[in-house]
Amino acid sequence: MGAILQASNLDAFYGPTQVLFGVGFELREGGITTILGANGAGKTTTLRAVCGMVRTAGEVRLKGERIDGKATEDIVRKGIAHVPDGRGTFTALTVEENLRLGGYVRKDRDGVAADIERLYERFPRLKERRRQQAGTLSGGEQQMLAISRALMLRPRLLLLDEPSFGLAPLIVKEIFEIMRTINREDGVSMLLVEQNASLALDLADHAYLLETGKVVIAGSADAIKNDEQVRRSYLGY
Amino acid sequence: MEAFLHQVFSGLATGGIYASMALALVMIYQSTHHINFSQGEMATFCTFIAWALIETGFPYWVAFFATVAIGLVGGMAIQRILLRPVENAPILTNVIVFIGLLVIFNSTAGWIFDHTIKAFPSPFPRGTFFDTQYFSSHEIGSIMVTLLVLVALYVFFRFTPLGLAMRAAAQNPVSSRLVGIRVSWMLALGWGLAAAIGAIAGMMVAPIVYLDPNMMAGILLYGFAGALLGGIDNPWGAVFGGFVVGVLENVLGAYVIGTELKLTVALVLIVGVLTLKPTGLFGKVVVTRV
Amino acid sequence: MTRSGAVAELRYFGLTLRQWIILGAIVGLVLLLVMPFLLRNYRVFQINLAMVYAIAILGLNMLTGYNGQISLGHGAFYAIGGYTAAILMHRYGVPYWATLPVAGFVCLVAGFLFGLPALRLQGHYLALATFALALATPQILKYKHFEEFTGGVQGIVLDKPEPPFEFSFLGQALSQDRWLYFFTLLVAAIMFLLAWNILRGRIGRAMIAIRDQPIAAAAMGVNLAMVKSLTFGVSAMYTGVAGALGAIVVAFVAPDSFNIFLSITILVGAVVGGLASIPAAIFGAIFIQYVPNIADQISKSAPWAVYGVFLIGLMYLMPTGVMGLLRLVGARLRKYAE
Repeated sequence: MGAILQASNLDAFYGPTQVLFGVGFELREGGITTILGANGAGKTTTLRAVCGMVRTAGEVRLKGERIDGKATEDIVRKGIAHVPDGRGTFTALTVEENLRLGGYVRKDRDGVAADIERLYERFPRLKERRRQQAGTLSGGEQQMLAISRALMLRPRLLLLDEPSFGLAPLIVKEIFEIMRTINREDGVSMLLVEQNASLALDLADHAYLLETGKVVIAGSADAIKNDEQVRRSYLGY
Repeated sequence: MEAFLHQVFSGLATGGIYASMALALVMIYQSTHHINFSQGEMATFCTFIAWALIETGFPYWVAFFATVAIGLVGGMAIQRILLRPVENAPILTNVIVFIGLLVIFNSTAGWIFDHTIKAFPSPFPRGTFFDTQYFSSHEIGSIMVTLLVLVALYVFFRFTPLGLAMRAAAQNPVSSRLVGIRVSWMLALGWGLAAAIGAIAGMMVAPIVYLDPNMMAGILLYGFAGALLGGIDNPWGAVFGGFVVGVLENVLGAYVIGTELKLTVALVLIVGVLTLKPTGLFGKVVVTRV
Repeated sequence: MTRSGAVAELRYFGLTLRQWIILGAIVGLVLLLVMPFLLRNYRVFQINLAMVYAIAILGLNMLTGYNGQISLGHGAFYAIGGYTAAILMHRYGVPYWATLPVAGFVCLVAGFLFGLPALRLQGHYLALATFALALATPQILKYKHFEEFTGGVQGIVLDKPEPPFEFSFLGQALSQDRWLYFFTLLVAAIMFLLAWNILRGRIGRAMIAIRDQPIAAAAMGVNLAMVKSLTFGVSAMYTGVAGALGAIVVAFVAPDSFNIFLSITILVGAVVGGLASIPAAIFGAIFIQYVPNIADQISKSAPWAVYGVFLIGLMYLMPTGVMGLLRLVGARLRKYAE
């Protein structure tokens, strides 16, 4: 299978500060890739760089087509959905309005309505709260809403930024289970950024390790799980 | 009692106009957190365009809708061309650009259409509806137009994807981009709608106060007062506030302080609300400490 | 160190830079003293007005430029100053020069009081409150219950002060306008020196700290509320003194000359000259005094259109105004000289 996303020599900047230095990675179509690393290593920035949310240099290709330098709105329209850190919920809008916004760029109105119903089946709690302001949901519910909102795009590629952040272990488990299902059933490729390395490595098939803005290790999830250095620094055993 | 009712009713009529101006201000404030000081002059300029169209011989309603369209496009153009470059500049820069716009619209209106006071026709002349001693046809018509505008906006924001996208863009621009909303166009559209609403308000008030380049200054001030009273980040609060200050202005003017200090009443209202209850009656409380 | 020493030693046409500056200052001073006798009365009157504007602009600049508080209503303080002077002179026969400190004090208090509630207002809200103040000012001045003092819509007509002694130079007599020129020049000099003292000192630093880093300034023990309302007061005092001086120079006050556009004029002057700079006020004043005269020849409305274009254009191209431009040119020249 070919690569859905390739990045090479990717630099990223916040104002004058450079955060990524020549990062390169490749995502297998239909696979789950994870980016690991400590705080401030540049994981979130990598996702933002893919979406054109920060100033970048270098190349990013989606199915061979260059997308670097394009506006975020246009990258999204090409089928990349991004669940940002902090979940990006529209807190003052209702749950259903959040979902409708997820499908904003789609032209098929019936399809959007059908997808909302489908997601309600998958997440019955969202259905119960469909008329409620999204800001009143619990953290886990908001994370489900954020993933659902991203899925409303019918994305080819889903970028997930720390889906476990601030959630209770049981809920994290549930959410990772959902992500696995989405990947298998809908065939959505995923790029996952996680602090919780062992969880991420269990889910992913490939992994990259970032340190201070550079890729230091890359390989299959299994290989990295067994890497001595990774084990000590990130998995803690 | 009858006189009092009359005051209340004509207060509601002007209140509707203040409500429209307040709504226009809120529309821009919500998405950009800027207060558009040129809102009044933009409305006046649009009203002059309507006047010129009517003078040229166009039927009233053709001129009316053409002016609304011109306001919509013009407002969007101003945002795209003049305000986008300073979107992230300090507040002072934006305030100065607004003042610049105010001055330009005011002076070009005087330049092109001169400073003489002009009569502006009402689409609801005497006899259109049942005139009574309490209210004139124009007052009834103007309130109806205001309500129509409000309903149309409510439907637009509540039930259309574009309206939803505008609300989303105002609230969370970053997330909005991530679902593919072209946020800067939403800001432009907000400006366009605000200008169009202002144009309608201008055309509704011109038959009452007559048309001249400074026509909207006092009305804008009451629009501010209404918006602040209701809460400048809450459209429905602002509309409510607009009606309240309209009635307040008329009743106070008739019975308490006379009509000569109308603007001072607005000043006191503005400073009073800002110092005593800066969030207005229905605004969100935003805590910043300094 | 060695480099700056080398620059100081450079001689241009036989004089060091320092000597040139002193020479320039002397020539400038002489020119300032002789100038009114070289010009017709009307021109002198225009210069007087420009100096008055410079003081008003300096006042706004303290508040907006140095302290970061936006006022769109300084015309109100100009009006208060002007009316204070006019009423004192016309009704109570107070000599013109004695009205200035009174006008200044009244505006200091008025500004301080307006600054108190304004303290809670930031950015836009303060701009809004002052905008409302500017719009309401002419109406308050016309109010019928004040008419006994203010003269209502008609305003108050004053006499121009007579020169205290007879004098002539270059065949030109010391006329009323020429006398007022020297009087205004003296007042302006005092006000600018005072501003320089305030802004270079502890209070000035506190003002700037509040503008740039309010939280840090508060943490370092700057009394935010006090400094901000005091700045508002002092700023209003400057503009009030300018208003009083303006009333004396023009010999007339009327409500409609103190409308919103006066406030905007002062703002234009402050922005065009350059915010947060003392000498900038002079350039701003020259701009608002002379550019309208030129633009007036096109159309009655043209000056304001020009103001508007300048305001917006400067924000894009040169937010630091004339002063910023001069600094830029100065830096280039210095680089070139080295």
